[in-house]
Amino acid sequence: MIPIDLIQTTAETLMDKAAIEIPQDYLDGLKAAAATENGDLSSFVLQAMLENYEAAKEDRRAMCGDTGTPRWYVKMGNDTRIEGGPVALEAALRRATANRTNGVPLRPNRVHPLWRTDHDNNVGIGAPEIEYGYEPSPSGEWIDLITVHKGGLFGTDYRMLFPSDGIEGIKRFYLDSLVAFGKRGLACQPAIIGIGLGGCKDTCMVLGKRAACLRTVGDRNSDPKIAALEEELKELGNSIGMGAMGFVGKNMVIDAHVEVGYCHTGGMQMSVHAFCLSSRRAVARIYADGRVEHRTDPDWFTPYQRRETVEWQPEMEAAE
Amino acid sequence: MSPREIRLSTTPTAEDIAALRLGDVVYLDGLMYTAREGVYMRALETKANIPMELPSESAANFHCSPAASIRKDGSFDMGAVTATASFRFAKWLPEWMEKTGARLIIGKGGMSSRDYKRYFVPNGAVYLTTVGYGTGALLGRGVENVEAVHWHEELGLAQAMWVLRCNRMGPFIVASDLEGNCLFERENARISDRISQVYEGTRPATLRRFGETDDRNEELI
Ligand code: SF4
Repeated sequence: MIPIDLIQTTAETLMDKAAIEIPQDYLDGLKAAAATENGDLSSFVLQAMLENYEAAKEDRRAMCGDTGTPRWYVKMGNDTRIEGGPVALEAALRRATANRTNGVPLRPNRVHPLWRTDHDNNVGIGAPEIEYGYEPSPSGEWIDLITVHKGGLFGTDYRMLFPSDGIEGIKRFYLDSLVAFGKRGLACQPAIIGIGLGGCKDTCMVLGKRAACLRTVGDRNSDPKIAALEEELKELGNSIGMGAMGFVGKNMVIDAHVEVGYCHTGGMQMSVHAFCLSSRRAVARIYADGRVEHRTDPDWFTPYQRRETVEWQPEMEAAE
Repeated sequence: MSPREIRLSTTPTAEDIAALRLGDVVYLDGLMYTAREGVYMRALETKANIPMELPSESAANFHCSPAASIRKDGSFDMGAVTATASFRFAKWLPEWMEKTGARLIIGKGGMSSRDYKRYFVPNGAVYLTTVGYGTGALLGRGVENVEAVHWHEELGLAQAMWVLRCNRMGPFIVASDLEGNCLFERENARISDRISQVYEGTRPATLRRFGETDDRNEELI
């Protein structure tokens, strides 16, 4: 049984870490981009960002004043039980979100869409989002808490494509999105770009968002052809000639991640999501004995999450 | 070539502003206030009295909601500050500038050269853009003190009018000048030639959507 107090205190620590500490994989990616950037204004922007991450860590203040919309991804093993059950878990995550919004402080971004009511704590109807995943292994009782503080009103779009649109249609929508997000830098590039392909409209959006937020820079899809497409899309985005803030430059994309889901035979849904200069995520695994392990890789897309068959056949995966 | 760095007062003289060039990097000293749709609507539409002496106290309007909270004892905890996109405020800015004498509009992403020519230039004002735009921690360091928060009960923390004392707050980039030129439009023009090349080999979507065209009679498939 996972102690509920430990879930809440760990969730509070994760809220702080996500807001303040840029994940190392994104930082390394941005440093590599800064080293190649030769547009004078865009390279000034990248240098300022690198200083900004240092300032945030030194001062223990949020890296960006727009602290996004905090959300949770929760994953657990097949044997996991939580003290107080799932209702207690959700209450603990809501409490942690509210407490650390005031504690860090974060910006109380969440308001009612019509009445603009602001509880000043980032909690409200449907906020924070809490999404779940389950894993057959490792065995034993453990829970992963992942918080993502995604920013950006501008960096997301969806298009219904058809099989006849093909890879050329995918590239077109990808470029349309990057250019639209990138002009004047409203989506704060260079970003991790997540692309959802297939599913239904809602799942396509979910896949793309997870591809952006739950995979690290340098990670490749386990399907080699999709992995090659990811490389190609990264290159394509960086050859637009646009850099940070939409200034002349050559870094739009720190990495491109594609996730797929089976879709209707007549369609090819596509979504594009930009995880911005504040690519905020933090992860911890909690065990029943009270151990807590922190990391920044959500490791969400396991073979089990991408399974294709009716029954889960782990021995098949192991043989591959 | 790295950009030129300038320190500027938040109550700048006309000469200070005239000396600014597109792409200059600016650091600000003095009082700055945040005002966005909430403040504009309250001041201009419901005609509430603006609780500051403008522009003598400050001619710098920041389009921003800070990551901040008000402690139980009434003092403030200010973390990071990042601007919000300014184009949405074009509706109120001409009247606001006239009423408050704002000379520095600070935000995210700038406005169009049409806006600059129409009401920035006649008011002797320029636009400064924040950088990144995620440089909230650096900007937060430049806030020496939170002098006051007005209207937070009426508008909430995010929309309230925060009055900030700045000490070398920055960096900001000059994004318009007194001729009404626009930095972002200049950069877009430089990039657009290349864009048609990268589009080669791509395919327009089979299905176009209502709303992507203004012609309501157009057959979309
Ligand atoms: S898009 Fe990201 S970096 Fe840009 S302002 Fe929003 S949270 Fe900050």
